[in-house]
Amino acid sequence: MSILVVVEHDNEELKGATLNTVTAAKEIGSEIDLLVAGFSCDSVADQACSIPGIGKVLVANKESYKNFLAENIGTLVSEVGKGYSHILAAATSNGKNFMPRVAALLDVSQVSEIISVLSEDTFERPIYAGNCIATVKSSDPIKVITVRATGFDDCEVEGGSATKEIVDLDSNLGISSFVGEELAESDRPELTSADIVISGGRGMQNGENFSLLEGIADKLGAAIGASRAAVDSGFVPNDMQVGQTGKIVAPNLYIAVGISGAIQHLAGMKDSKVIVAINKDEEAPIFQVADYGLVADLFEALPELESKL
Amino acid sequence: MKVLVPIKRVVDYNVKVRAKSDETGPDLANVKMAINPFCEIAVEEAVRLKESETAQEVIAVSIGSNACQEQLRTALALGADRAILVETELEVEPLGVAKLLKAVVEKEQPDLIILGKQAIDDDSNQTGQMLASLLSYAQGTFASEIKIEGDKIDVTREVDGGLQTVSLNLPAVVTTDLRLNEPRYASLPNIMKAKKKSLDTLTPEELNVDASPRIETLKVSPPPERAAGVIVESVDELVEKLKNEAKVIT
Ligand SMILES: Cc1cc2nc3c(=O)[nH]c(=O)nc-3n(C[C@H](O)[C@H](O)[C@H](O)COP(=O)(O)OP(=O)(O)OC[C@H]3O[C@@H](n4cnc5c(N)ncnc54)[C@H](O)[C@@H]3O)c2cc1C
Repeated sequence: MSILVVVEHDNEELKGATLNTVTAAKEIGSEIDLLVAGFSCDSVADQACSIPGIGKVLVANKESYKNFLAENIGTLVSEVGKGYSHILAAATSNGKNFMPRVAALLDVSQVSEIISVLSEDTFERPIYAGNCIATVKSSDPIKVITVRATGFDDCEVEGGSATKEIVDLDSNLGISSFVGEELAESDRPELTSADIVISGGRGMQNGENFSLLEGIADKLGAAIGASRAAVDSGFVPNDMQVGQTGKIVAPNLYIAVGISGAIQHLAGMKDSKVIVAINKDEEAPIFQVADYGLVADLFEALPELESKL
Repeated sequence: MKVLVPIKRVVDYNVKVRAKSDETGPDLANVKMAINPFCEIAVEEAVRLKESETAQEVIAVSIGSNACQEQLRTALALGADRAILVETELEVEPLGVAKLLKAVVEKEQPDLIILGKQAIDDDSNQTGQMLASLLSYAQGTFASEIKIEGDKIDVTREVDGGLQTVSLNLPAVVTTDLRLNEPRYASLPNIMKAKKKSLDTLTPEELNVDASPRIETLKVSPPPERAAGVIVESVDELVEKLKNEAKVIT
């Protein structure tokens, strides 16, 4: 048994979701290699080498992998992954994009978003917006798996001394190209790895009012999230959506403000350690999952909260 | 151009599904079924392509039991021209669905295939990518905008960091995200018209596809329950509790 973990990165930094994925891999078995596919990604390969408990760090450094196009990365990973019993990647928008291509090329099913490892072939994953947990057993010779970060702790990042090995494969399918991107710039912690998250919903009324959350986020060192309604209404960008079909978060503290608590929203945050809900409707379903509920008008409660922190 | 839209019959998004008490599966007795919301967005996008005369024909296809005819009729009422049901009583995994769809694509030769990014029942988020891979097509997943120019399509994608745009050679596969469009409601006259549109039935055997499952579900259990919370009376009390009881802020 040997496991390949595909590293999530941006050619400069290894991303946090990789660390949870390595932890999942360690629960499956002890022989683990990492694959860094990208362009000018030496610093990422170095970071990967210092993760303890890793055999080899395979580095595929080609221009065709620079923008992580699923067509090219999927083909590469399926080639490299042939010699392994398990291929794992984080269930990020990037992992979700290329991993099913890997599975199809290997003619195996994919097990999506596992939250726990029961044995080398049996895993738990949420279905129906997290209202059921399925225990699934894969009979495929190679198990292709995406890992939900909130299900696993971070692995150690220092102390390892894995050896680097160059993979000289250029899987450029030439059927897709990168045009551009608009990435959100923020000094705040990343939504999916923040210790504290404060999210606003339709109750915020508009984008400007999100500044009421910013003051609190600044004091708490929190990330800011949103409900689908707040994103659809154009208050905030899509990358802030928490939920079944957005980002899954499980911080120590989640504060939901002006969010009703639809099942799709709960699916993205109900594994948070402590949940606070601020809503003027005492019947709002969010109060059913909240550890602390405050029935109040958010426009009064938020300035007061900021001043008392 | 010809557009193929695969759709899935799922439990309505308002239903809170629970595990059966014997943990053999989700309890789906008498629950309301509907077209998967992301698939509805896919149908809407295809119909808009037709309305703007970019597409000439929109074909809806579903894989599943005979009951899926209901969702195919919904797609026809929303503006699809004809429908295909690949009928099977077996539960088909995304890989099997992708293989069946590949066979339909080879038959129909569409220029564009638009699917939902995920089905809200199993939340797999795999089928579109697998189909693209099996066909050696490019893919634009989690689309919030598409633009077709000549033999290429530009797809703006909702990614973790924001938005990304890729250019794909046609034929290609696109999977929809929530912001791509707001689907219309089917009007009564269109629901009536849909009854007369053609709906063909095929079987996996006719398509010569082995869609047998690779994953066995051993059990389906309820998620861990959260302990009941309390209602606090004031912001002061909230701050006090977060500091001294929950100890999550300092
Ligand atoms: C396919 C699909 C996928 C989806 N995916 C997601 C997802 O990933 N994430 C997600 O969040 N949703 C998702 N949804 C949408 C979900 O069903 C809900 O519509 C959405 O979560 C509602 O957002 P909301 O709570 O902000 O808005 P509403 O339900 O409108 O709630 C607003 C709340 O604000 C409160 N409020 C209003 N004014 C004030 C005030 N002044 N002070 C205090 N409280 C106030 C109200 O009492 C109300 O409870 C999805 C839906 C579908 C169909």
